[in-house]
Order: sequence, then C-alpha cells, then structure tokens
Amino acid sequence: MAKKSYREAINEAIAQEMRRDENVLVWGEDNAGGAGGEGEQDAWGGVLGVTKGLLGEFGPERVLDTPISESAFIGAAVGAAATGLRPVAELMFADFMGVCFDQIYNQAAKFRYMFGGKAVTPLVIRTMYGAGFRAASQHSQTLYPMFTHIPGLKVIVPSSPYDAKGLMIQAIRDDDPCIFFENKVMYDDEEEVPDDSYTIPFGEANVIREGEDATIVAFGRMVGMARQAADALEKEGISCTVVDPRTTSPLDTDTILECVEDTGRLVVVDEGYPRCSMASDVSSIVAQHAFKALKGPIQMVTAPHAPVPFSPELEDEYVPNADKIVAAVRATLA
Amino acid sequence: MTKDIRAITMPKWGLAMTEGELTAWLVDEGAFVDEKFEIAEIETTKITNVFESPISGKVRKLVAHTGEVLPIGALLAVIAADEISDDEIDNYVSKFQEDFVPEEDGASDDPVHQKITVGDHQISYLKIGDGNNDPVLLIHGFGADTVSWMFNQSVLADGRAVYAIDLPGHGRSSKSIPDGSIASMAKIVSGLISALGLKNVHLIGHSFGGALAIAAAEESGAKSITVIGSCGLGKEINTKFLQGFIDGKRGKHLKPVLEQLVFDKSLIGGDMINEVIKFKRIDGVPAALQALVDSNFANGLQSTDLRGILSKLLIPVSVIWGANDEIISVSHSQGLGSNVSVSIIENSGHIPQMEKSSEVNDIILKSIGN
Repeated sequence: MAKKSYREAINEAIAQEMRRDENVLVWGEDNAGGAGGEGEQDAWGGVLGVTKGLLGEFGPERVLDTPISESAFIGAAVGAAATGLRPVAELMFADFMGVCFDQIYNQAAKFRYMFGGKAVTPLVIRTMYGAGFRAASQHSQTLYPMFTHIPGLKVIVPSSPYDAKGLMIQAIRDDDPCIFFENKVMYDDEEEVPDDSYTIPFGEANVIREGEDATIVAFGRMVGMARQAADALEKEGISCTVVDPRTTSPLDTDTILECVEDTGRLVVVDEGYPRCSMASDVSSIVAQHAFKALKGPIQMVTAPHAPVPFSPELEDEYVPNADKIVAAVRATLA
Repeated sequence: MTKDIRAITMPKWGLAMTEGELTAWLVDEGAFVDEKFEIAEIETTKITNVFESPISGKVRKLVAHTGEVLPIGALLAVIAADEISDDEIDNYVSKFQEDFVPEEDGASDDPVHQKITVGDHQISYLKIGDGNNDPVLLIHGFGADTVSWMFNQSVLADGRAVYAIDLPGHGRSSKSIPDGSIASMAKIVSGLISALGLKNVHLIGHSFGGALAIAAAEESGAKSITVIGSCGLGKEINTKFLQGFIDGKRGKHLKPVLEQLVFDKSLIGGDMINEVIKFKRIDGVPAALQALVDSNFANGLQSTDLRGILSKLLIPVSVIWGANDEIISVSHSQGLGSNVSVSIIENSGHIPQMEKSSEVNDIILKSIGN
C-alpha cells in the first residue's frame, strides 16, 4: 500500500472503473485538456488535474473535452446515462450548477421514479466545493445541502483519500445519479490507499473515534477540523465521538442517533450556510428522535449566512475551524 | 558518563508499523528489569502487543506518557545505574530528543512485497533475511495476511530467508478463489514453493494455513512443519467466528467477533478492526472468504481430516496451540502420534504467534534448528 493524495485516489478510482467497464466515460471542461488541438495532448486533466492521464490510457473516444456550456454537457451526461452508459462528468465548481440545475434536479433525479423503476440513471457528476482557495464568492460555496434536499439524488462528501476512492467506485457502479463533492483545498492531502479496487457503501457513517462526553458530526473537510478539536479537548479530559456520515443522501441517521444517545450531546459541523443546511438537518433529526438523550443544547458550527468573502483575512474567519468546534463542545457541556 | 545510560525506544514490529501508541507502562520508575521483562503495552494499527525490555538494568525514567503516539525509534524510557545522577539522566533525555529524527516514510531499506505467478494466481510474498540455513515459508490463516507474522518473521530470519505469503483472496494477492478446498489451496502453496525454487523448506502454518502446510508437506519436500492452532485435526470449528468475520461490516459488530481470537481481549484495538473492515471492502474478498467457508466448513464442521497424513510424515512435526483457543479447540492437539511434538501456550487464544510471540518464536527456532 502506498500513500496517495485525494486527487490521486479519485483518479485511480475512475481509471480502475474505466478498465473494468467500457461503458464508463469521462467528460468536462479541459478534462482531457488539449485533445484534438495543437500542442500538448492531455495537458490539464480538469482545472486541478484530477483526470490527468486518462486521455492517454483510454483515448479521445472515452475522455472528452466539452465546451463551456454546462447545460449542454451535463444534459448530455444525463441522456447518456439513461441509455446505459456510465458517464463521469466534471462540473468544475459547484457554484456553476445553477446553469444546468434543471437537467439534474428535474430530469436525472426523477427518471427512476417517473418511469416506475424501469429507468436508471447511472451518472456521476464530480464537482468542487468549499472556501479557503481565495476564489471569492462565486467559486467557493459549499452547496451539497441543496442537492441533499432533492429526492432521487445521492450526495457524496468524502473527507479523506481512502474514502474518496472507495466512494467514487461505489458512485460509478451505482445506478442512480450521484453528485460527488470534492473539497478543492484537500486535493494534496495524503494517506494510505489500497491499490486494489474497493467500495464503501453509501449511507454508512464512519465513527472515527469514540468518546463519552459529546458527539461531533462533521462533513467533508470539516471532519479533519473535528478530529483536531477532539484531540485538543482530549488533553483537557473531554472525550468526543467524531462521526463522518460520508454521504448526506442517503444519511446514516441510525449511527448518528446511536452516538448521540451514548454521549447525550451533539455538535454538528458543516462548511455550508447555516439555514436549511446539513447542520440544521442533523440537528432536527436528533431533536426529533433522540430528544430524551440530550443533556445540553445542540450546537451548530457553520459558515455565517453570508457569501464567501474575497478578503483573505475575512475568508479565514468565515470557515469553521477547530477552535470554533472546541468552543461549541464547551458550550454544549456548559 | 552517558555511555552508561541506555535508551529503550519504540520498537518496529513488522513492515507496516511506522508508529505505536504507548497504552500502558507495566513497570514503575526505579524498577529493575531483566532482558525480556514485560515493560509496556504498545498498540499498533494491527494489534496491541506486550513490549519486552531489550536490555536489563534499572528504569530511571519513563519518558513516554500513556496514550502518546510515537514514531519508531522515539525514546520511551531510560535505563541507568544508581551512580548516574538525575541531572545526567535529564541531560541525556534532552540531548536524545534534540537529536532524534524520525525515520522518513519509505526512506528505509525495508524489504518490499513481491509478486509471482502461480497458475492463475498472482501471489504476493514478503522475503526477509538470507543465508545458508534452510528457508522458512509462513502461511497465514483465514482472513489474515503476512501481518500475522509481524512479531515472528524477522526473528526467524537469522541466517536464513523467511518468506511470508498472502494466500489467494488475501492481502496483496489476486482475489479470486475458484476452488477453496484445502487440497486445491495446498497445490497453490507447493506450486509457489517450486516457483520460488525453495528446497528443504520449513513450512509454518497458522489455522487454515496449518492445514495447507500439512497437505503440502510431501509434495513440496518440506524439511519440517510447524502448525499453530491448525485446521484439519478435528471436526469442530467456531463457525460463528467465521460467519461473523464475513458478515460484520461495522466496528461494533466485528469487535466481539475478533475478540474471540485472543485470550486478552484488550489486545483488539479500533485500528485493527478498521483494517479488517477495509480488507473486506476490496473487490472479490467477501466472495473469496465465503468460498473458503463453503468448501471447508459447510454444515459447521471441518470437512478435511489430515490426522492420517500427519501421522505418516517422516519429517519433524511441531504443533503449537493456545490453551484458550476459542476458534479451534486445543483438544485437537491431543492424540496426534509419536512423531509430533506438541506445545501448549498458556493464557493464549487462537493467535499465539502474536499474543505470545516470544514463546512461539523460541519453540519454532528450536524445531527448525537455529
């Protein structure tokens, strides 16, 4: 086993599935990068290089560059999936999803239901989210809660290279439309990732550590922050359970409820806006189903209800961090 | 007089280990320890193990704290005679910490896993050591891999090559198992031995791998065999363990299953459980494990009896068993015939080579002729 980055783990997952199943195709803006033009072929592999190398191995029939027209190429991916292909389409920043939202939430998400289960849509849309990249308001949002809201979509928020690979393979093999959220500041994070293909089932939370005093439920990049917070609190004798749901839809509510029932306290950490968020969703589920177990008020650690600021100083303050999580745990224990 | 101050540092157990967590000190400052005295418990990503002092002397300072995760080579404790003052000890510790540079990942000359083709299988193996003494081949059990031998392989590799293999369906080997019967898996083992060109090999097998060692002994021209908690020597087997191992997907379900492997339940840590979960997610692994169970343990009983073969072997045979084995009863070590030497390890479950590694290493070294 070797250490691989989040970027390499996703690339390896796609490459292994393309080898296994010739119906798996890749397209998006600059996903090949240079294909068909003059100069270097396979120059980019997407704006941050995740699909680099696929053109060389699988050729221009299976790795396609698209025009800057999300409504067209996401629509094409939905149609291709409906015919039995397994496209992995890259929509560079989740912020741009608005221009092709109809294809996703009103078409892809509905096919299985409206055709009485006779149609499937094995589609993966890869997209980047998250602040901290100095990319300002229109390229930094954390929008997985919006997709979680729509029945018929599966929403994946991997927090580590190991999880990213297993969840990507699962997404490609899944028969429903999957929106795969990659945090853009995590691409160089590294850990041991097996060379073999493996899958991590959707809706199976990862209980990263078990404690007695509070449960921290965190998503995506926030899982690492939650671990730091739990490490810091451990030194003061406060032990925390850290739960990473891995997918927001389906959501492993059983594990979340069990952990809260054990600790009696809940802190939810979500990089998204606070209203109608994963933080508010998990809070409401716990309040409805584990109210009697709660020994203190639920705490949410989220971005403020405001766009991501352009100023680096403000952006650093904007994103939740370990200190804010530590403060929230203390608040629920108070 | 720093030459009289000696350091006890974080050991390296097996290739995968880069760091360990000190989970308990078993001695106090001021205690006098002999070599091999159990001084601490250290948790790795595989299992927690008792750490035996590599040197003897008076423990002057316990530097590492319980719960600390430290890289290999980090200072754990300081041994020195009474004549050395506390100040000198403190100076030694600060100098050590100042100079200490953890080994960089992958920068060492560690042996690496290699692959060889045997029939339709890609078999991965790890070779440690070299020399003129006859080679050793280590065969792990159901659901395990080369890590089973993390406390044994280097110790046995004194003046000889020791190969630890991953069976098909396990570790880094290819995952498909068309026929999981002991006879067909043993053929793969003898095929591997001939592909590696090994002569006069000492076969050492654990559990299911023990049965393979017995079944492959003759064809592979083995010089001796040692089997630990072996299959094939009785009818009963804990099928609840086998099925629980295959079916358990979550830590809380797997923990009680894996705890059946050991006498001291505290040895099974969260990291070890996670490694098992990760192993079972790999494409082909659940099917391979089920194939082994279906071929060999259908109806809850072992279908292959190797006692006849064992009693006819003309080579030295050593059988090792944990007295508290919950997977295959220690009673299967009884009545094996006069050509078999039996060793029962007290306070040990199904994996004595991990739980009581130093006792097991001594027995093996004796039987393979050190």
